[in-house]
Amino acid sequence: MSRRSRENPEINAGSMADIAFLLLIFFLVTTTMDQDTGILRLLPPPLDELPEDPPIVKEKNVYEVLVNANDQLLVEGDFMDISELKDGAIEFLTNPTNSPDLPEKVLITKSKCEQQIAQLKSFIAQQPDRDDLEKDLEKWEKKLNTVQLIGEYRELPGSAIISLQNDNGTTYDMYIQVQNELQSAVNQLRDELSIENFGKPYSELDANKGEEEKAKILAIRQVFPQRISEAEPKDTGN
Amino acid sequence: MSKFRKKGSKGQPAISTASLPDIVFMLLFFFMVTTVMREVELKVKVDKPQASEIDRLENKALVDYIYIGPPNDKRYGTEPRIQLNDVFADVSDVGLFIEDNRAQRDEQEVPLITTSMKVDKETRMKIVTDVKQALRDVQALKLNYSTHERARTK
Repeated sequence: MSRRSRENPEINAGSMADIAFLLLIFFLVTTTMDQDTGILRLLPPPLDELPEDPPIVKEKNVYEVLVNANDQLLVEGDFMDISELKDGAIEFLTNPTNSPDLPEKVLITKSKCEQQIAQLKSFIAQQPDRDDLEKDLEKWEKKLNTVQLIGEYRELPGSAIISLQNDNGTTYDMYIQVQNELQSAVNQLRDELSIENFGKPYSELDANKGEEEKAKILAIRQVFPQRISEAEPKDTGN
Repeated sequence: MSKFRKKGSKGQPAISTASLPDIVFMLLFFFMVTTVMREVELKVKVDKPQASEIDRLENKALVDYIYIGPPNDKRYGTEPRIQLNDVFADVSDVGLFIEDNRAQRDEQEVPLITTSMKVDKETRMKIVTDVKQALRDVQALKLNYSTHERARTK
């Protein structure tokens, strides 16, 4: 009996590990681990035809950023280094000194909101089929929600935008850096406001975590809206 | 007696390596599940720019990729070209590419589709702008400029 069992020895499984390692290394080499990251942007929908009379926007309400084919920046008519762009954008969005050349910020208080809402409601009662009044009412209700969450704030005028225009010869790298700096300005302001009021940065607020978080996000967006507009590109030379 | 003693010293057997394959297979399956195969063979050189204000692309199944950069093969020239799927393409093909990808997906998923542009940083903006206009024309408005991550500058 003992002889027979010796004739059928166990198969050596020592090389099994080698085979598995080989497969493992193959998968390690052929697969990508890198997370896909990037700057998210929403393009404006296509225009069927140009509006006949575009809305008039006050010059002080526009932060004009031009990039030429040599990757130089012209901001509000002056040369600027890209390292200063973020601070410039923050100054435009906050207007800390109430400068007359920057957007005029309006203080929004609770009583003001309630007064406006009451007024609009009475108007709507008289003229029930006016859509613009309904929209106004919605706007003021949003403002009231914001005031309830973070207190009185200074609001940016609705027409205040950052306008970005690049040349056909601008390099993509420069374009991304400019986009990044402008986004960085908005994100920093939002983060600061969020930490001050809710104790954590804006980027950590999660809209999927329930109504409360969602309301906080909306409130912060109301104070610092992200309005970066891109003009049609110009071809001014290579 | 000495013979018995020798046997006693042999009593410590070698550690069994039979479970080593199991451990390695476990690792193997982990990598197989967590990683994604390279989706296309790149025919253009894409050296992405760096940015700090970035978001993650969450659902990779709902992302279309457009690559722009100088061809790897110099026979196709040194000017930046557009690559869709596995082939070079023109700006006029972008609209069709998007529509094609839409047709392959569920209708309720269509608004969630993001277009990811992987563009070489030396590229001039003309070609990028043309592609963006083409995307606007087919209502593919969710756009992601693919970048590497870097720390935020003060």
